[in-house]
Amino acid sequence: MSTDTHAAGAHDHHHDDGHAHSTFSGYMLGFVLSVVLTAIPFWLVMSGALPSKQITALVIMAFAVVQIVVHMIYFLHMNTKSENGWSMMALIFTIVMVVIALSGSLWVMNHLNSNMMPIHEMTGMK
Amino acid sequence: MSPDLLKFIFGRLGFDSLPIHEPILVGTFAVVALGGVTLLAGLTYFRLWGYLWREWFTTVDHKRIGIMYIILGIVMLLRGFADALMMRAQQAMAFGGSEGFLPAHHYDQVFTAHGVIMIFFVAMPLVTGLMNYVVPLQIGARDVSFPFLNNFSFWMTVGGAVLVMLSLFIGEFARTGWLAYPPLSNIGYSPDVGVDYYIWGLQVAGVGTTLSGINLICTIVKLRCPGMTMMRMPVFTWTSLCTNILIVASFPVLTVVLALLSLDRYVGTNFFTNDFGGSPMMYVNLIWIWGHPEVYILVLPAFGIFSEVTSTFSGKRLFGYTSMVYATVVITILSYLVWLHHFFTMGSGASVNSFFGITTMIISIPTGAKMFNWLFTMYRGRIRYELPMLWTIAFMLTFVLGGMTGVLLAVPPADFVLHNSLFLIAHFHNVIIGGVVFGAFAGINYWFPKAFGFRLDPFWGKLSFWFWVTGFYMAFMPLYVLGLMGVTRRLRVFDDPSLQIWFVIAAIGAGLVFLGILSMLMQFAVSFLKREQLKDVTGDIWNARTLEWATSSPPPDYNFAFTPVVHDNDAWWDMKKRGYQRPLTGFKPIHMPSSTGTGIILAGFATAMGFGLIWYMWWLAALSFIAMLAVGIGHTFNYHRDFDIPADDVIRTEDARTKLLAGAK
Repeated sequence: MSTDTHAAGAHDHHHDDGHAHSTFSGYMLGFVLSVVLTAIPFWLVMSGALPSKQITALVIMAFAVVQIVVHMIYFLHMNTKSENGWSMMALIFTIVMVVIALSGSLWVMNHLNSNMMPIHEMTGMK
Repeated sequence: MSPDLLKFIFGRLGFDSLPIHEPILVGTFAVVALGGVTLLAGLTYFRLWGYLWREWFTTVDHKRIGIMYIILGIVMLLRGFADALMMRAQQAMAFGGSEGFLPAHHYDQVFTAHGVIMIFFVAMPLVTGLMNYVVPLQIGARDVSFPFLNNFSFWMTVGGAVLVMLSLFIGEFARTGWLAYPPLSNIGYSPDVGVDYYIWGLQVAGVGTTLSGINLICTIVKLRCPGMTMMRMPVFTWTSLCTNILIVASFPVLTVVLALLSLDRYVGTNFFTNDFGGSPMMYVNLIWIWGHPEVYILVLPAFGIFSEVTSTFSGKRLFGYTSMVYATVVITILSYLVWLHHFFTMGSGASVNSFFGITTMIISIPTGAKMFNWLFTMYRGRIRYELPMLWTIAFMLTFVLGGMTGVLLAVPPADFVLHNSLFLIAHFHNVIIGGVVFGAFAGINYWFPKAFGFRLDPFWGKLSFWFWVTGFYMAFMPLYVLGLMGVTRRLRVFDDPSLQIWFVIAAIGAGLVFLGILSMLMQFAVSFLKREQLKDVTGDIWNARTLEWATSSPPPDYNFAFTPVVHDNDAWWDMKKRGYQRPLTGFKPIHMPSSTGTGIILAGFATAMGFGLIWYMWWLAALSFIAMLAVGIGHTFNYHRDFDIPADDVIRTEDARTKLLAGAK
């Protein structure tokens, strides 16, 4: 057999590609954190604890972002080394794309709003 | 039956939905029906149904799925091109008070269908088909990561195409242009089924595209053979990786935009309406966040094909492999930063427009770098002018021209003059035909012998090539002129008689392209008949450089009896140079995925669900949805997912090849 071939299946039977295996306590911690991070925004809306709706909305979004991170760490078992760093790379790429799409859209729509929208309708809409 | 019951069963569908008052459509239907019946009768007569079902429809083999994608692309090309001919004829005729032969509401459907079909159901299947066929072979893998998912993705794409084709004879298609901008596509202005056909056709096909993107990324990341590091991957695999990353990152945006539009249409939300806080501009913004990466999704694999073809037919290693890879990655990122250049005129203001104008100009730099890499690869090479190389050279000339008009359009003030003009139409046909279509043809001519064991007939291929190239220039150069004179797109009749000559020239050009397409079909037929003369037994007909040429043509089901080991880029070239000997003994059983009909059944239900939603047949939509869930869950209990090809079968296949190779020498 030549050096240029490789016995069938010899390389696809090892399963340890750096998967982080989670434990029961890991799942429980993730679950508790998720519940807390959901309960607080719920309470904020129900009680109206914050003075303005806009601040409440921003705080809820911040909690949502934290919750995403919790899910990624405890449920999807992502870390900087999992899958030979591919999941970290994918995450960075995703964040770049989301930031581009969101900030770009906000910028563009904000310009369009100030340039294109008739003033009298804007006041009527509030 | 009571009208209520009829309405429950058929929703909006009635006899008046059938276009029996349109002679063109009735004629088309007659021809299609006749052809369809002949085809079905032929398949039945020659008892091919069982064979097709077992060997093709239910296959999970990436090679067969790739071939089916390409067949889908070519069939849909005929439909999309028929639309193009009708438009060119209409515009060449409709002068001096003549209304042409297409009524307005038919013409509007024709140009919408042309765009949608050519992008989603011609270019995408051709590109996906080539990636599906070639990538696993190039990286020395047995199949893609998720073979069943691959079959399902293909049939979802077919499902979308079926819905779009159905709109020809049952109801009508959208009259909105290929991106269905609101408010025109909202329920108030488009109350009929056209836009719903558009939405559900694209949603069904979009599921397939996204899943196939995930599948191919996973394949490239996980299934490369030993020794093939990222920087040893063939350039086509690299561009495929980047394209599929773009697919996975951008198609969800399209899905969401279309979902929001359907909410507006079906349940009366106001995301994209003019009133109640909605903004049609948001639709335009979002759909181009998908739409611009989409054009790079199409053209990057074409760049990969040209890279493979150029180095193979110049007999040289690709010039600047590393810069090629980095250029591809840079294009991948930059393609997300330019979407606004599609709507400079919407009124964003100077700072936004100049930012996106500059990013658009920057993206031409890596593209230009690639162009020089190809030129330097050819420089002092021993160039063989086979068909794939001819298409590549035509691409270089044509694409540079299209790229330059693109940079011109990237200048916002110039765009204010040329926006929505025929200049734009000429520009994007210049890059899509000159880039993607020529690339697909180069790829088909290049890899056809790999797929079938005989090459395509060069005479009819060259005829097709010259008809296509001259036809393309005749059809689209006049549109540049007309665009500069201020003619806007999608017009049905014209007043100024001095414009007619340009439209007539363009129509003749379209006719030449038509001859090019016919020659290509002829090329397939002639090559099949002359397959003994055109036969290749070596498996490496072009003296090529990458791993797909290391196995037989056509490759066995398992691709490689032994997984190759790579020591260099251009792995196969390196193996040949070092006197590689095919292993003749030591074969083992090979573990393979089993065929399954679940993919086609699921896609069938998805298509039925789309049809139900389009016509408001809620029972059909609900039933199909439940059936999809049931079949999907049922499939998880299917434990017959894999089998082993016995070592004896592998030995028999490989011995047959050994004999063939000995005979060839």
